[in-house]
Amino acid sequence: MDILTDIKLIWPELCIALSAMSLLMIGAFKGDNSTKTITWMSICVMGIACLLVILGPETPSLAFNNLFVVDQFSNYSKVLILIGATLTLIFALPFNLREGIPQFEFPILLLFAVLGMMMMVSANDLIALYLGIELQSLSLYVLAAIRRDSIKSAEAGLKYFVLGALSSGILLYGMTMVYGFSGATGFNELELAFSDGVANNQLIGVTVGVIFILCALAFKVSAVPFHMWTPDVYEGAPTPITAFFSIAPKIAAMLLLARVLLEPFGGLFVQWQQVICFIAIASMTFGAFAAINQTNIKRLMAYSSIGHMGFVLVGLAAGTLAGLQAVLLYLTVYLFMNVGTFACILAMKRDDRMVEEINQLAGYSRTNPRMTIALTIFMFSMAGIPPLAGFFGKYFVFKAAIDAELYTLTVIGLLASVVSAFYYLRIVKLMYFDEAMDEFDKSIGKEISLITVGMSIVTAFFIIILWPVLDNAAIAASSIFL
Amino acid sequence: MQSFPVLSLTIFLPLIGVLFILLVRGNDETSARNARYTALWTSIATFIVSIFLWINFDIGTADFQFVEKHQWVPAYQIYYHLGVDGISMLFVLLSTALTPLCVLASWKVIKERVREYMIAFLILETMMVGTFSSLDFLLFYVFFEGSLIPMFIIIGVWGGGRRVYSAFKFFLFTLTGSVLLLVALMTIHFQAGTTDIPTLLNFDIPAEMQPWLWIAFFASFAVKMPMWPVHTWLPDAHVEAPTAGSVILAGVLLKMGGYGFLRFSLPMLPLASEQFTPLIYTLSVIAIIYTSLVALAQEDMKKLIAYSSVAHMGFVTIGIFTSTVYGIQGGIFQMLSHGVISAALFLCVGVVYDRMHTREISRYGGLIERMPKYAVVFMIFMLGAVGLPGTGGFIGEFLVLLGAFQVNTWVALLATSGIVLGAAYMLFMYRRVIFGQLERADLKGIMDLEPREIVIFAPLIILVLWMGLWPQPFLQVMDASVLNLMQNYQDALGSLDVTGLSNR
Repeated sequence: MDILTDIKLIWPELCIALSAMSLLMIGAFKGDNSTKTITWMSICVMGIACLLVILGPETPSLAFNNLFVVDQFSNYSKVLILIGATLTLIFALPFNLREGIPQFEFPILLLFAVLGMMMMVSANDLIALYLGIELQSLSLYVLAAIRRDSIKSAEAGLKYFVLGALSSGILLYGMTMVYGFSGATGFNELELAFSDGVANNQLIGVTVGVIFILCALAFKVSAVPFHMWTPDVYEGAPTPITAFFSIAPKIAAMLLLARVLLEPFGGLFVQWQQVICFIAIASMTFGAFAAINQTNIKRLMAYSSIGHMGFVLVGLAAGTLAGLQAVLLYLTVYLFMNVGTFACILAMKRDDRMVEEINQLAGYSRTNPRMTIALTIFMFSMAGIPPLAGFFGKYFVFKAAIDAELYTLTVIGLLASVVSAFYYLRIVKLMYFDEAMDEFDKSIGKEISLITVGMSIVTAFFIIILWPVLDNAAIAASSIFL
Repeated sequence: MQSFPVLSLTIFLPLIGVLFILLVRGNDETSARNARYTALWTSIATFIVSIFLWINFDIGTADFQFVEKHQWVPAYQIYYHLGVDGISMLFVLLSTALTPLCVLASWKVIKERVREYMIAFLILETMMVGTFSSLDFLLFYVFFEGSLIPMFIIIGVWGGGRRVYSAFKFFLFTLTGSVLLLVALMTIHFQAGTTDIPTLLNFDIPAEMQPWLWIAFFASFAVKMPMWPVHTWLPDAHVEAPTAGSVILAGVLLKMGGYGFLRFSLPMLPLASEQFTPLIYTLSVIAIIYTSLVALAQEDMKKLIAYSSVAHMGFVTIGIFTSTVYGIQGGIFQMLSHGVISAALFLCVGVVYDRMHTREISRYGGLIERMPKYAVVFMIFMLGAVGLPGTGGFIGEFLVLLGAFQVNTWVALLATSGIVLGAAYMLFMYRRVIFGQLERADLKGIMDLEPREIVIFAPLIILVLWMGLWPQPFLQVMDASVLNLMQNYQDALGSLDVTGLSNR
């Protein structure tokens, strides 16, 4: 195959890689006072990359000796990742300038992380998958610890790094097992090898390998029982980074997990389905119960995201086209809700200092009714109350599970969602029912208000755009089930 | 078929009012006044639009009328499908009629955060009308559940002392029931491949699945209704909610449960409904007798009316599950009359609560000396709740008991004892509040009804007497639909007997 045809397929990645490197050079020469310019240029680069993804090929195409695949699924995933990263970068800028994180490396590291994620969702080989994950993770470790003078931030970075390295090790081990027992690393070859069952003498080795890979990826999406790092890292990292952690890497890792399980290991469905079911149940219930006693809103969001990942895994456990479609829909909804919620969290500041205690939200509706309405919409949406966006995410995920006759999973999941409704309601209760505390700062910056308003409108009126989103998700999902 | 979308207009007109209220500017005083007037005119306009439904309603057919059907999610066969039949049309009117009265009842009492209050009520109206006019199961669920959000806020923000506890209890109880309904909804969606209600009504759900689905439906509708023993959220929610919140809760939200039984449980799951009828009878009879006894012991007026609501809803469930024409018509009629009467009773309590800020029965007495008009109004509704002939309450209870007597005399007998108890606690409360000596000093200055309150009560009095003296207009609306429902129900059961015989 011609190298030029290969390159045509990776325009978006190429665009991000080249701009990240040139921006790095600009930053190195101009120093920290170029941060603002570099950030805005990074935002533009991601916008352009997003356009390139949308304009990319419609039919599935392979590149670089089948290491890299571009199909509707990867395109959909990349659009989600880029939207998430762009929005977080937009509201990170004023925060960073205010809180003394002037490093120009911030947007550049974020660009590299995004590049890694785009490689993850386009990986068509275990090696390419590993490269993508590592590029993403290394950038994220540094981002978690970017506030060098804060002990908490450094601790978050270190913790993330040590545990992340461990999970990478597990991933590699699983990959060697799979390679050893099947003799291939390419997804197409693996799919072919497992398509009509696995010979008995291979089965145990391959299953162990797949379970190891699954565990490592479960770590990346912070599903129970591999979630321990999440609350600490979320709390320690600077808030915009936390927002980023909870959105783009989660989406990328979840979609990667979906591709890995459904494409190369689709023939081993029976083996991994029960593992996914267990992880889903554990994440949903643990996320719901553990969040009840949290006092720090970032930790609460950590547990809430663990719970949400559990719900997404329900769709994956179905292992059907409808299930994958529901996963994509849920992640889209999750993106909007989470960006909006974190924008609200960033608006919680008093005398220019961030406030993270949930109790400080008491009486928020009296001091800032508009932000309260937005945050209320996000909370009810996360609790899955119709007619808000979160309900439809849950509906289609559980509908897929019912179609696959996973009744127990569905009932447990929905009851867990009732428990989780309790702590989302607690925030609404604090804001509306309780007496007002000291006011938060009135000026919240136009970036944050714009994002909050936009996301709350999308979340509240998602019912109208449900059809087009679901249609696109269906097209994306069907490229996995060719 | 696609004529003027009158149902959509009824549903979404309140939301336009919300938009206007959001745009209102100005200082607190003017914005509160504007919000009140906007809410009042919007809800009156909605009511006028909904009257159009009744005028143009064709009583000769059991089909759905004013149908609107649009694609929503074609891949999953989910539609934006609206329409009303004889069962649901009057509930739409009940919702639109009570909302303006609620706005008026809150005119002076609500002084804080008036804009938010009015927005919550208008959104609630949208949800209520949407629930009763949805012909798509998912759309129904969206409206059904969506009503929780404004009600949660209404109880929690403008409620009484234990409002936080009550709001959470209300929300979590209902949500737990509803997620099980959601499981059933998904299962039916999977089985039938669509959520379109007219299609589902003709779809035979496998007999072995019906009991499970029925239990899931029951979990949601029984909590909403509420039936004993899951009624405990109701007294709390009623006592703590502001007056208008109690009115809507008792007047409309409880009816969603009964409507759910009629629209979903009975026609979609006839075999299971037949099978579980004894359970419903037992729970309803317990509810009628037990909650009436509990009501006798109440010291709080609102709590007393709340428990009486549970008892009255017991009649409704008995009526629905007698699956006789009398019983079902009586059940629907009882829901409508209870919607008017209990709403009015809560408004009556609100009148004295606004003046004295207490609901303790023992804090009142001898009010007839200072408030003769109030005494008359209260008496009419109190007698309506007791079921005195000539009021709406009588017709409903009578029809239900007639239906019950046809199928099970014991149930009819026990339920009738509830009427006696109902008369006891209502008359007892009335005597203690209205008659006797006016002894307390702070009651000596209490004022009788003001014109605004008379405007609120007048339509309700007319309605109660109209329903009691000339129920025909209401009953003939239901006739065709109820007969059709019965026909299909008997057919479904009959076909089972035939297969049963051939297998034997």
